[in-house]
Amino acid sequence: MAVREGKEQDPRIPRIASSIRVVPDFPKKGIMFQDITTLLLDPKAFKDTVDLFVERYTGRDISVVAGVEARGFIFGPPIALAIGAKFVPLRKPKKLPGEVISENYVLEYGTDCLEMHVGAVQPGERALVVDDLVATGGTLCAAISLLERAGAEVVECACVIELPELKGRERLNGKYIYILMESH
Amino acid sequence: MASDGAEDHRLPRIASSIRVIPDFPKPGILFQDITTLLLDPEAFKDTIDMFVERYRDKEISVVAGIEARGFIFGPPIALAIGAKFVPMRKPKKLPGEVISEEYSLEYGTDKMEMHVGAVQAGDRALVIDDLIATGGTLAAAMRLLDRVGAEVVECACVIELPELKGRDKLGGRPLFVLVKAV
Repeated sequence: MAVREGKEQDPRIPRIASSIRVVPDFPKKGIMFQDITTLLLDPKAFKDTVDLFVERYTGRDISVVAGVEARGFIFGPPIALAIGAKFVPLRKPKKLPGEVISENYVLEYGTDCLEMHVGAVQPGERALVVDDLVATGGTLCAAISLLERAGAEVVECACVIELPELKGRERLNGKYIYILMESH
Repeated sequence: MASDGAEDHRLPRIASSIRVIPDFPKPGILFQDITTLLLDPEAFKDTIDMFVERYRDKEISVVAGIEARGFIFGPPIALAIGAKFVPMRKPKKLPGEVISEEYSLEYGTDKMEMHVGAVQAGDRALVIDDLIATGGTLAAAMRLLDRVGAEVVECACVIELPELKGRDKLGGRPLFVLVKAV
């Protein structure tokens, strides 16, 4: 795991970075999968990860933390609880009961869809989007779109890992993204 | 929505924050929707606190959360008590080597997976999900933990549907819930 160069690094980052396991050829050949489950097996690394986000977002009037199914459900709620925000799950189709809004997005092959509950978010709310990793940025774009359609202001996207070669940052169109580490 | 008697003062707010959706996922089912609990920061915090207070001095080393709503409640508990969080997932989601346990659905079967090496023999474990209905999913999670030699101390859920008798599927292992939906 390569960590961000040239920037003064929080001393907690090396332990977090080395706790992440790379699994080759998953979900298919040629992909080096960044597996955060091993981070979750290290209570100090997991706590430090959450603390780094909480320190950044405390006191910024964020009322919504939206987490992308499923690994965003692991990192988002502890952040929401610590900063006193609502947690809003963004889910694959047909998982959320009741009325939803939907946003389609493009995958390498085909499309997928993300849903959010109607009424979960009010106009004018300040929101974060949380996921474990940003690759092409397609999922984050769909998440941002759902929140903006509900009238929220997306303050930032927060991920543990970025794969910079996949240029997700450019896809986010000027939206800020904060990440703890890059993987090349 | 009834909550357990001899009542903690936080329970009424937690219970009333849960929304019931009729006919989801199919006609006749009253779905207990915890997403509205998550929209109430005080209710969500109280929910986590009630579990943490119960488990913090029990030397729990593993909190196993069942995909996907167990991923919402499990990690905050794990963080507060200093335990590992272990996700229990649908097939093909976990990369690397896994062990698998089959369980029954109303029609057909499904499988639950856990990473090899996540849990060691002698680990003291909790299993967390948002709700217990028939108990099939919780029982599968317990079997996975049993197979690697962990001790399942308790299963913990926000909601129980007592009429479905899930409690009886847990092989005598204790179950702790905050609210019972009648």
